[in-house]
Amino acid sequence: MIRSEILRDIAPILRDHLVVCNIGLPSQELHMIDDQPTNFYMLGTMGLSSSIGLGLALAQPKTVISIDGDGSVLTNLGTLPTIANNLADNYILLIIDNGSYGSTGDQPTYAGKKTSLTAVAKACGCENVVEVQDKDCGPALQAAIDSKKMTVIVCKCDSGNIKLPVITMDPVVIRHRFMQAVAS
Amino acid sequence: MSISKRIVDDFVANDVSFITTVPCKQLAGVIDEVEARPEIFHIPANKEDEGMGLCAGAFMGGKRPAIIMQNTAIGVTINTLATLTQFYRMPLPMLISYRGELREPVACQVEMAVHTKALLAQLNIPTYHFHWQKDVEEFDNILKYTFMCNKPVAILTDANFWGGYGDQ
Repeated sequence: MIRSEILRDIAPILRDHLVVCNIGLPSQELHMIDDQPTNFYMLGTMGLSSSIGLGLALAQPKTVISIDGDGSVLTNLGTLPTIANNLADNYILLIIDNGSYGSTGDQPTYAGKKTSLTAVAKACGCENVVEVQDKDCGPALQAAIDSKKMTVIVCKCDSGNIKLPVITMDPVVIRHRFMQAVAS
Repeated sequence: MSISKRIVDDFVANDVSFITTVPCKQLAGVIDEVEARPEIFHIPANKEDEGMGLCAGAFMGGKRPAIIMQNTAIGVTINTLATLTQFYRMPLPMLISYRGELREPVACQVEMAVHTKALLAQLNIPTYHFHWQKDVEEFDNILKYTFMCNKPVAILTDANFWGGYGDQ
């Protein structure tokens, strides 16, 4: 499976929760598959989906799912110690690890070579780290939500993209709509 | 009252309850004070752009955030300031240690100091420079201004403001 197929698979689970979605194709795909006020689409700032999601989870009680990529986590690797040391049991970091920088032309990342983000997350002190294959992402995500324990899911999948339009929604509208959903 | 306590009192009075920090020698006292206050959730960040991401999330979760960092971080965070904090129109008070100014003992710090105000001006970030201890009297108004206009705002605090480096 490629990332867009996984997002289509887990969309029914995501729609009931606050989602912070990574820059580029992941946000465009989620927007196309199941646009929800509870989705915060990143239009820029590669690497910060996990940080925004953690800040949100620490600030309020609803479950927050950050959808990130292996390339983006590598960009902001310092996020994993911060996540490990600031426990938010309403926080799930879902790393869709296709071993490539999908939005920029599928250049390989180090996560697709020698580096295991699962091992890195564990070494950083994250206590609940689950590595799954693409087809098992949905059950793993639902189990993480039900556990009410901060969880990092590394979902291994194939690289590949679909053609789809950019998000033209104004960023302030995205943010305002999201904040209303958070507060509701 | 210590200058650090005064600053953190103003944070608390303005309902700032989520503060991320990346340390600087000049900021050690204020970071200790942030850590000590039960009204504030203190979350150290490994890099300042990460900290700004945490602040963006906290803001959307209903908290008033702030970041405490060194001016060298302006070089690290320009993309985040432009494409996250400003693009999504979020407030962010940035209490910044202004290294490389008068009474600075480390020459290399001057290399970023000479770019700091120019970079902030290029980003259209409202910028205040605390040089004398009495300048702290503006801090409360600066916080109110930041949360009124939903912008990142820089408060540069130099070595003279913090009382210098002693015999260094």
